[in-house]
Amino acid sequence: MKNESRKQWLSYLATADENYLISLWDNLNMKIEYNWLREPEIGSVMVQGKAGVTGDNFNVGEVTITRCSLSLDKKIQGHGYVQGRNKYKSKIAALCDALMQTEKKEIIKRNIIDKLIKYKNNKRNEILSKTEATKVDFFTLVRGEDK
Amino acid sequence: MYVSVKGGEKAINNAHSWLSEIRRGDVNIAELNIKQISEQLTLSVDRVMSEGSLYDKDLSALAIKQSRGDLIEAIFLVRAYRTTLPRIGSSKPIETGKMLCLRRISATFKDIPGKQKLGPTFDYTHRLLDFKLLADGEYEKAKIEKYDDKEIPHVLSFLNKEGLIQKEIPSGKTSKDITRNPINFPLTRSERLQSLSRGDEGFLLGLAYSTQRGYARNHAFVGELRTGYVEVQFEIPELGIEINIADVMFTECESVNQFKGSKKIPAQFTRGYGLVFGQLERKAISMALVDRSMRWKEFGEEYLGVAAQDEEFVISHCDNIQATGFLEHIKLPHYVDFQAELDLVRKIREEYKKNEQRT
Repeated sequence: MKNESRKQWLSYLATADENYLISLWDNLNMKIEYNWLREPEIGSVMVQGKAGVTGDNFNVGEVTITRCSLSLDKKIQGHGYVQGRNKYKSKIAALCDALMQTEKKEIIKRNIIDKLIKYKNNKRNEILSKTEATKVDFFTLVRGEDK
Repeated sequence: MYVSVKGGEKAINNAHSWLSEIRRGDVNIAELNIKQISEQLTLSVDRVMSEGSLYDKDLSALAIKQSRGDLIEAIFLVRAYRTTLPRIGSSKPIETGKMLCLRRISATFKDIPGKQKLGPTFDYTHRLLDFKLLADGEYEKAKIEKYDDKEIPHVLSFLNKEGLIQKEIPSGKTSKDITRNPINFPLTRSERLQSLSRGDEGFLLGLAYSTQRGYARNHAFVGELRTGYVEVQFEIPELGIEINIADVMFTECESVNQFKGSKKIPAQFTRGYGLVFGQLERKAISMALVDRSMRWKEFGEEYLGVAAQDEEFVISHCDNIQATGFLEHIKLPHYVDFQAELDLVRKIREEYKKNEQRT
């Protein structure tokens, strides 16, 4: 398993719309045995900015995060770090992370991760195309005294 | 001094029951739900997240509902909740250059790579009440156009290349998290920026306005203003893998201010910085102007003794929860305190009378 691909699926799970992720998971109707390593807990991550884009780091404020960890058997662990305060979303993310390391990988990829990617891309395209429609070309007028 | 009092339980409980009823309002009108607030009062929600210093739309909407729309009360509720959350860690610094912009404008250059994009703005509206909104459900749909999905570079980076503006270089100073450590003046710029970002919009607006009117010399232009979503990157401790853990909306303002120069450095523009949660551009611009005015020492400028230059004044008073806590506590029972003052005044008046009778 490459870190790059795990980074990708963890990122899409973390930032998924919670209702969408829950409906995708519930539709799969999978019964998975697992043990908690850490039960879901709600916390926060401090978000850092940079003064003047390139200067010193500074704390902007916190964002709510829910996390949990579980294992399918002794070898395979899943971690669910997600944005927001939804414990079920966090558990689904951890289960998906674990299952992506098993022979069920294809099912999860096709039915969940790929759909999350598509969902996010659609949102992105929607914003970009609306923003583009507000593109403006200002022009300055020649004033009388310049003639 | 505040001395605790006893009694009044029944009155307090009844007051809270009435509060609950009056919050609900006329029961013949549909009850407001949290999603309606977070979808339709977005800028109130943004303000509560920014000054509550916690990015969570549902919580912010809940706080607004609970507080009957009193935003400072809502911010108070969010701050109180925030203190109960375990801190999982700190993100990598965000890269606003990679922002998915809804809006990006510059007041200093017309033609900029990535172009000016107005986004969903109140600017250029006529500020006339729109009575169409009294009718149900009518709205215009946003228009769409084909786009290039390219990163939008910061406008000031172009001035940077020519050396026309002061560069922002990491100072190497260590800064404390002001929510975890008591603050000691003088502060680092990072500590000031953290305070400003969660500071009261009205207070910062007033101070920023004072700098424009001449109480601190730093005539400001908006070099760039952008609003959009930024990916927050965080390293999962168990894995050592950095993931995009959250998508957060920010407004960023870079101001371009009047120049400084010396015998060694030719004149160049200086800058101020504003970065806040949500679409709060009035706040972001105010923050940039106040950040700039507090940098007078760094730029070897004269201290004019004005409020916006005085970091101790600005930072000690910009937090509306501290301010309202201290201000509003004076309405709680101060009977013992006041009795002492009353006795004192009576004594003074008696002595005054005696003296008058003697003369």
